[in-house]
Amino acid sequence: MADGTVTRTCAPRAGAALSGGRGTVRRTRWILALLALTILLAACSKTAPQNTMNPAGPTAQTEKNLLVLVLWPAAAVFLIVEGGILLISIRFRHRKDRDRMPPQIHGNTRLEIGWTIAPAIVLAVIMVPTVSTIWELARQPADAMQITVEGYQWWWGFRYTDPDMAVSYGDHDAIVTADVMVIPTGTTIDLTLTSLGGGAHSTSGVPDHEVIHSFWAPRLFGKQDVIPGETNHIVFAADEPGIYWGQCAEFCGLQHGKMKFRIRALDEADWQRWVANEKQPAVTPPAGSAQQGMDLFFGTNGVGGQCIQCHGVGGTKATSTAAPNLTHFAATTHECFAGCDFETFNPDGTPNVEALKAWLRDPNAVKLGAKMPDYGLTEQQIDLLVAYLYSLK
Amino acid sequence: MVTAASVPARTGIIRRPTATTGWWSWFTTVDHKKIGLLYGFSAFAFFLIGGVEALLIRSQLAKPDNTLLNADQYNQIFTMHGVTMIFLFVMPMSAAFFNYLIPLMIGARDVAFPRLNAFSFWVFILGGLFLYSSWFLGGAPNGGWFGYPPNSTTDPSIGMTFYALGLVITGIASSAGAVNLAVTVVNMRAPGMTLFRMPVFVWMGLVVQFLLVFALPIITVALFEMLFDRRWGTHFFDPTAGGQPLLWQNLFWLFGHPEVYILILPAFGIISEILPVFSRKPLFGYQFVVFSGIAIGFIGFGVWAHHMFAVGLGPVANTAFGITTAIIAVPTGIKIFNWMGTMYKGDIHFDSPMLFAVGAVAMFVIGGLSGVTHAVVPSDYQQTDTYYIVAHFHYVLFGGAVFGLFGAMYYWWPKVFARQLNELWGKVQFWILLVGFNLTFGPMHILGLGGMIRREYTYPAALGLTFWNQVSTVGAFLIALSTLVFILNAALTQRRSKGLANEDLWDARTLEWTTSCPPPIYNFEEIPVVHSIDEFWHRKYVEDKEGRLVRVPAGASDHPADGHKEGHAIHLPSPSFWPLVAAVGLPVIAYGVLYSWWLVGAGALVTVVGFMGWAMEAPVAE
Repeated sequence: MADGTVTRTCAPRAGAALSGGRGTVRRTRWILALLALTILLAACSKTAPQNTMNPAGPTAQTEKNLLVLVLWPAAAVFLIVEGGILLISIRFRHRKDRDRMPPQIHGNTRLEIGWTIAPAIVLAVIMVPTVSTIWELARQPADAMQITVEGYQWWWGFRYTDPDMAVSYGDHDAIVTADVMVIPTGTTIDLTLTSLGGGAHSTSGVPDHEVIHSFWAPRLFGKQDVIPGETNHIVFAADEPGIYWGQCAEFCGLQHGKMKFRIRALDEADWQRWVANEKQPAVTPPAGSAQQGMDLFFGTNGVGGQCIQCHGVGGTKATSTAAPNLTHFAATTHECFAGCDFETFNPDGTPNVEALKAWLRDPNAVKLGAKMPDYGLTEQQIDLLVAYLYSLK
Repeated sequence: MVTAASVPARTGIIRRPTATTGWWSWFTTVDHKKIGLLYGFSAFAFFLIGGVEALLIRSQLAKPDNTLLNADQYNQIFTMHGVTMIFLFVMPMSAAFFNYLIPLMIGARDVAFPRLNAFSFWVFILGGLFLYSSWFLGGAPNGGWFGYPPNSTTDPSIGMTFYALGLVITGIASSAGAVNLAVTVVNMRAPGMTLFRMPVFVWMGLVVQFLLVFALPIITVALFEMLFDRRWGTHFFDPTAGGQPLLWQNLFWLFGHPEVYILILPAFGIISEILPVFSRKPLFGYQFVVFSGIAIGFIGFGVWAHHMFAVGLGPVANTAFGITTAIIAVPTGIKIFNWMGTMYKGDIHFDSPMLFAVGAVAMFVIGGLSGVTHAVVPSDYQQTDTYYIVAHFHYVLFGGAVFGLFGAMYYWWPKVFARQLNELWGKVQFWILLVGFNLTFGPMHILGLGGMIRREYTYPAALGLTFWNQVSTVGAFLIALSTLVFILNAALTQRRSKGLANEDLWDARTLEWTTSCPPPIYNFEEIPVVHSIDEFWHRKYVEDKEGRLVRVPAGASDHPADGHKEGHAIHLPSPSFWPLVAAVGLPVIAYGVLYSWWLVGAGALVTVVGFMGWAMEAPVAE
C-alpha cells in the first residue's frame, strides 16, 4: 500500500493534467495534479482487494468517475482557501517594527454576494451528473440475471432465482450457495437484498433476529443496505473473470467485522461447468471415513444428527436454511466459509483441514459469538466430519 | 404578626444556603461562572476518558488480526468513544463556555434561571456517570452511538438499555440548559445590546440553543421507543411484528444532523471572536456570518437522509437530500471566506488562541470539502460506512470543534483564572496536535477509499491497508501527547504564574473583558450601556479624521468607569441545593427501570421532593 505504484486504471485524468501549461499556471497545475495524485495513488494499489479506486465493473466505475470529477473543484477550493489562509497568515503577520493599527474594514457586500453565488454555481454544476447518475444506477434492466442476497448474522447466502438456475433434484428449487457468489463475467446482474436471522437459535437459546446489513463489493459496486422488511436492489456486472472481495458495511452486531464474502466471476465455459455441478445433488461418498462422517452428520442410531438441524445439503433430508448450505462445500469455487473468515483451501489447493477442525472444535473460540454451537465433538468425530465435508465437491 | 413593610416578606418555607466559597459551595452554587467551570472540568474529564477509548481503538487496529481487544470489547469501546465525545465532551464543553461567557458578553449578572442552570449541570454529570456505570453492571452500550435497531433493540447485553436511558437523562440536561440560555440571550441583554450588537459567539450560542430545543424531542421519542422495545417488548422497530427499523434512522438523523451543527456552531462562534481580536480588525461581514449561522441552523434540519443514502430510499429522496446537502455548503463557505476577509490586511498576532482558531478553520475546510463529496450520492454509495466518513467527521468535529475549543481555552483562560497559559507550551501543543491530528485522520481517507469499513474490530493483512492504519495509530498517540502538554501547561500555569499584569491582555473587543479577571460574582459593578458591536473596543479606540484608530486616553472615556468597588446592594440569586436533589432522582429512576419498580418510586420521590424544596425555599438567603 505504501508503495503508491502508478497503475493505469487509477489515474488517467491526473496524468493528462500534468502535460501542458506554463509559468505560474503550470506550477499551480503541478500542485493541483500532485495533490489529486496523492489522494488517488495512495488509495490505489493492486494489492488492496477492496480498493474503490480500482473498479472492475461498470457500476463501481461510474461511482468512481463521479468522485474523481468532484475531486477537481474540491482540490481547487482546497488550494484557494488553504493557500489563501497561509498567504494571509504570512503576509499580514504582526511585525515588531510596525505598530500601526490596520484599516478597520467591516465588510464588502459585493464580495459577499460573489462568494455566495460562486460556490452555489460550482455545486449546481456538480449536482447535474450526480442526479442523472442516481437515476441511472436505480434502473433495473428486465433481462438482468436475478440473484437474491440473504444477510444472516454473520454470513451471506445467495439464491439463484432465475428459472434456468433450478437444481435437478427435489422440488427443483433455486441453486443456493453461501459465502461465495459465483457469477458469469460480463452479465448484468440484479441483486435482491433481504435480511434474515442468524440461524434458528443462538447459542443461548434465544431466537435470533433479523438485523440490518449492507452488501458491498467495493471493486464492483457501492453498498446498499439490507433491511428486514424491505427489498433493495443492486445492479452490476464484472468486466473480467476474477475474485472480488466484499463485506457487510453496516454494523450488525458482534461479528460485523467478519461478515465477509467473495464474488467469483467466471468465464463462459467455467460458468457453465459451475452451473451444471451446482444443479447436481450432493454426492454420497464411498464407504470409508467420509461416509462415517456423513452418518454422523445426518445421525444414525441416535448418534449425531445435530448438523442437519441448521445446515441444508441438496438432495438429502437436510433441508434447513438456518445456516450455510453445504451441498457443494468442497467445490473449488467455494473458497471460504463461515463469513469468509476461513479459507476452505490452502494456497496449494489442498483442503484447509486445520481451519475446519478448529471451527468444529469450538466455533466460538475462533469467532466469538458465532451462532454455531460447540457440540463437544471428539477429535475422531471431527476428523470424520471433515472428511465428509471435503467430499462434497 | 409582622406588619412593618420594612421587614422583607419571607415567602419561602425553607432557608437557603449562603456560602459562596468552600467545597460545599460547588454543590449549591447557582453562579453561572462556577457552573461553567463545573461543566468545563467534567467535560474535559470525559474528553480524557473518550481519548483513552480512542487510543484503545487505534491500538487494536495497529496491526492486522490483532487480539488486543475481542469483538465484544471493541464494540463497546467504539460505541462509548462516540457517545462520550459527542454527548459528554463537545456538548458540555460548549455549554461550559456558553454558561461562563454569555451573561458576561451580553452584560448580564447571571442567566435567566440560575437554579435551572445548576439543575442542568447536575443532570448532565449524573447522566454521564449513569452511562459509565454500565461498564460495571453487565457491559457498556455496544450498538454504536447511532444505535440502529433491530440490532440495538435485540442485542442481549444490557448496554443499549443504559444507552437509551442515559441519553434521555443527558437530553433533559441539554433541554433545560437550552431553554435557559435562549431566554437569557433574548431577555437579559444590557441596555443598548441589540441583537445585532451581540458578539457572534452569543449569536451562535442562541442558534445552538434553538437547535437543541427542536432536535432533542425527536431523539427523546426515539430513545423511549427503543427503551420500550428493549424493556417491555413493544415492536416499534421490530420488522417481524410490523415494526419499522427505518423509523429509528429517520428520527435519529433528524436529530443527529442538527446535532452536528450543535457541535460545530459553538466553535464557529469562538473562531469569530478570536480572529478579529488577534487580527486587530473587526469581523468581516458580521451580518453575513450571523445569517449564515442561522441559515445553517435551518438547513441543518433538511439534510438528515444524507446519512441514509445506501438505505434504499429511492432516487427521488436521494436526489432531494443530495441537493440540500450541497446547499448547506454555501452558508458554511460564506463563513470561511469572511474569516479569511477578517484576517486579510490585518495585523495578525499568532498567540496560541489565534493558532488554534486558524488551525480550526484550515482543518474544517478539509472536512467541509469531503462533506461535499457525500452530496454526490452515487459516490457516497462507495464511501458511506467506510473510514472515509470517519476521516470526514473527525476533520469537521475534531479539526473544527476541538481545535476551536482549545483556542477558546487559551483565549479565555486569563479571564477565568487570572493567569495566562504559557505561550511557548501552547505553541508546542498546537503543532504536535496539528501534526498528530493530520496523521491520525488524513490516512483514514485512504483507508476508506481503499475499502476499510467502519466499526470492524480487526482486518486481515490481505486487505493491504496495514501501513496507513499504523500511521493513523502513531498520529493518535501524538494527539494524546499534545493533550498531556495542555494538562501540564494548565497545571504549571496555575502553580507558577503570578497573575495578570494586564487584565485586558489580548486588547479584546467584547464586554466580558471590561470586568476584572476573574469577574466578581456579580459580573459588573454597573450594568454596561452598549453603543456598538465590539463595545469594549470602541471604548478604547476612536477613529480620527482620516479614519485611523486612535487610543482613547485613560480617564477620558465618557463611559462609566469603575467607581463602586463594593458591589453591595446588588441582587444576586442565592445558592440552593435543591437542583442537585432533583437531579439525583433521575438516574435512580433510570436504575429502577433496569432493576426494580421500587427504585423508580424512590427516584421519583427524590426528584419530586427536590422540586418541592426548589419551589418552597426562600427567594433569597437571609
